[in-house]
Amino acid sequence: MSERIVVGMSGGVDSSVAAAMLVDEGYDVVGVTMHLAGSDSRCCSLDDADDARRVADRLGIRFYVANYKDAFREEVTLPFADAYLAGRTPIPCVTCNKRFKFDHLLERARALGGDAVATGHYARLEQRPDGPSLHRGADAKKDQAYFLFNLSAEQLNHIRFPLGAMSKDEVRARARALGLDTAEKPESQEICFVPDGDYAKVVEALRPEALPGTGDIVDEAGRVLGQHGGIHRFTVGQRKGIGVSGPEKRYVVGLDAARNRVVVGPASALGSLETRVEAVSWTLAEPPTQPLRASVQVRHQHRGAMATVTPDGTRAATVCFDEPERAVAPGQAAVFFDGDRLLGGGWIAGRIR
Amino acid sequence: MRIYLDHNATTPVREEVVTAMTQVLREHHGNPSSTHREGAMARRLMEDARSSVASLVGAFPRDIVFMGSATEANNTVLAHVLSNAGDAHVVTTSVEHPSVEEPLARAEATGRARVTRLAVDGDGMIDLAALEAALAEGADLVTTILANNETGTLQDVAAIGRVAEAAGVPFHVDATQAVGKVPVDVVAIGAQWLVGSAHKFNGPKGAGFLVARSGALQPLVHGGPQEKRQRGGTENLAGIVGLGKACMLAETEFASRAEHVRHLRDRLWAGIEKRVPAVVRNGAAERVLPNTLNVEFQDTAGEILLEALDGEGVAVSVGAACHSGSIDPSRVLLAMGRSAEQARGCLRFSVGPSNTEAEIDQVLEWLPSLVARVRAVPV
Repeated sequence: MSERIVVGMSGGVDSSVAAAMLVDEGYDVVGVTMHLAGSDSRCCSLDDADDARRVADRLGIRFYVANYKDAFREEVTLPFADAYLAGRTPIPCVTCNKRFKFDHLLERARALGGDAVATGHYARLEQRPDGPSLHRGADAKKDQAYFLFNLSAEQLNHIRFPLGAMSKDEVRARARALGLDTAEKPESQEICFVPDGDYAKVVEALRPEALPGTGDIVDEAGRVLGQHGGIHRFTVGQRKGIGVSGPEKRYVVGLDAARNRVVVGPASALGSLETRVEAVSWTLAEPPTQPLRASVQVRHQHRGAMATVTPDGTRAATVCFDEPERAVAPGQAAVFFDGDRLLGGGWIAGRIR
Repeated sequence: MRIYLDHNATTPVREEVVTAMTQVLREHHGNPSSTHREGAMARRLMEDARSSVASLVGAFPRDIVFMGSATEANNTVLAHVLSNAGDAHVVTTSVEHPSVEEPLARAEATGRARVTRLAVDGDGMIDLAALEAALAEGADLVTTILANNETGTLQDVAAIGRVAEAAGVPFHVDATQAVGKVPVDVVAIGAQWLVGSAHKFNGPKGAGFLVARSGALQPLVHGGPQEKRQRGGTENLAGIVGLGKACMLAETEFASRAEHVRHLRDRLWAGIEKRVPAVVRNGAAERVLPNTLNVEFQDTAGEILLEALDGEGVAVSVGAACHSGSIDPSRVLLAMGRSAEQARGCLRFSVGPSNTEAEIDQVLEWLPSLVARVRAVPV
């Protein structure tokens, strides 16, 4: 009997084609749409589940909708709100991928008699003698390796990324050739449970009791320049909509949750030479103990900057950039690459200098 | 080979029903409202079916109104009662089917009705004393489900009917899950309105009916004079004939069907209890439908167990069939005092006349290892 694999199907074109490719490869494919956020958000809304179901019918595979709404709220959306309230800029997709698309989905696969999961992420996975090796997707514009940095080697042993070597155009062409309804579906936006990009509104709805209220906007010397309506409405590196006017351009350079302050400064104050990274994980079989050179990516839309990564034990590191790096925001991930190979990464804790 | 144990969701259509329906589709295209011979033939087929339905539930044929579904029939009764009463008080239970609960919740939200939902005990039964107390303040309607769709729990509708009658309050019974499975006599129950649907007992989908014993109803669907102006729209003749045929079959095969499904259901429970650790049966054995077994597999995600069984070829359900496929804890089981975690582990097996002992034994063969596999998943 062929190997059973569970494919996380979002109802979009990528996971549709991922499922189709595994069917072609002869797997016994089970499609699962994870119902994560409430049906009012676009994320995994039941419309999307219906799209996924139509694709599954077309491919002739079993399909289920799995309810993870409560766990998603506990593990993803509430921590997302709490991070903003603590002055950080979170990326909920990383936790969602690790816990839901992989942990929970793999548990489900095992309950159904399988031992592997697949998704439509644009990342390449190679099985090497010393273990799995994770790489950027072949389509540089779609590459999603950044969001997968904290998958463990053990998890990677049970994951397939069928789209890793493909471009988005090839994926759409494949979907069209297969006659899938999702072939022309528009791209989904960055954070699925933030429908219109207004994350502050989402934070306010999730944690109405914990909102910080108004506070001071200060410059780096601590002089009060104005008032803000809550630090969760700001991210490091932001220039527009700060609400203080002046002759020179000002950026958010820091968020001080303890004093409920937004710190602004000139572009030159945004640069970091050295940053602390915590909860580091490595995809390498042997986590490094000596400093290593790497291209370090500090947010999704970032090409990566050369740096020296100095491990501090196995779970922390210091990243020292060759050139000052702009807008390194606590709460985002710093992900270490050797060429296109993902070595590991961690959460940005704060600027050292 | 599939093993279908989800007869409370819907049932396979009996061959005799298919034959009767296809004959109508091929040979009798007349409109029952037409005067000519084709119309008269269609009318006769429809009235024969009406008699078969009436006979099954102990009503007069003139009291039977054909509807598109039990949901439509329930909605029609509730809309009728609520439009007649100014500020209506409706007494119901906390374990109703959505086709009763949702219209009541809407009426409540829009200020058209006050709704008293009687609590149920751990077996899903309401307390008659609580019903009497609720009616003491005056009410416009008592509405209860007869057989619960998720647990099979049978309310004591005859006793409820007596309490309602003593209080002078009309009584509506949603008997959708009971008709065709257990004897249902609308007069003995003392209900003014009673609802059923063909697809729950080997008839077609899209053919519900309403027994209306206390005069004309205001239509929910306005249109032509069909069904004595109680439901506009050209009748679904093939569906109605299928419904009639299913009623005839149910009436003649009643006793043997009940005995057969009870035997299989009891065999299934005995086997589960023996082979699978940490299981609890929901609903008191002597007060549930003969075909229904609702089991809590403790510390198990019921929806995943359902998927695992489906993969082996066994169709069961986690309570009510859900349109989206995404399942929240059962409202019915929560009302019966189960925790959300307990409710999550519950599966509904509902046996039908066409199931066999060999099928039950096959399920019992697979179940222990599947449950063990699913229990390995953290809930």
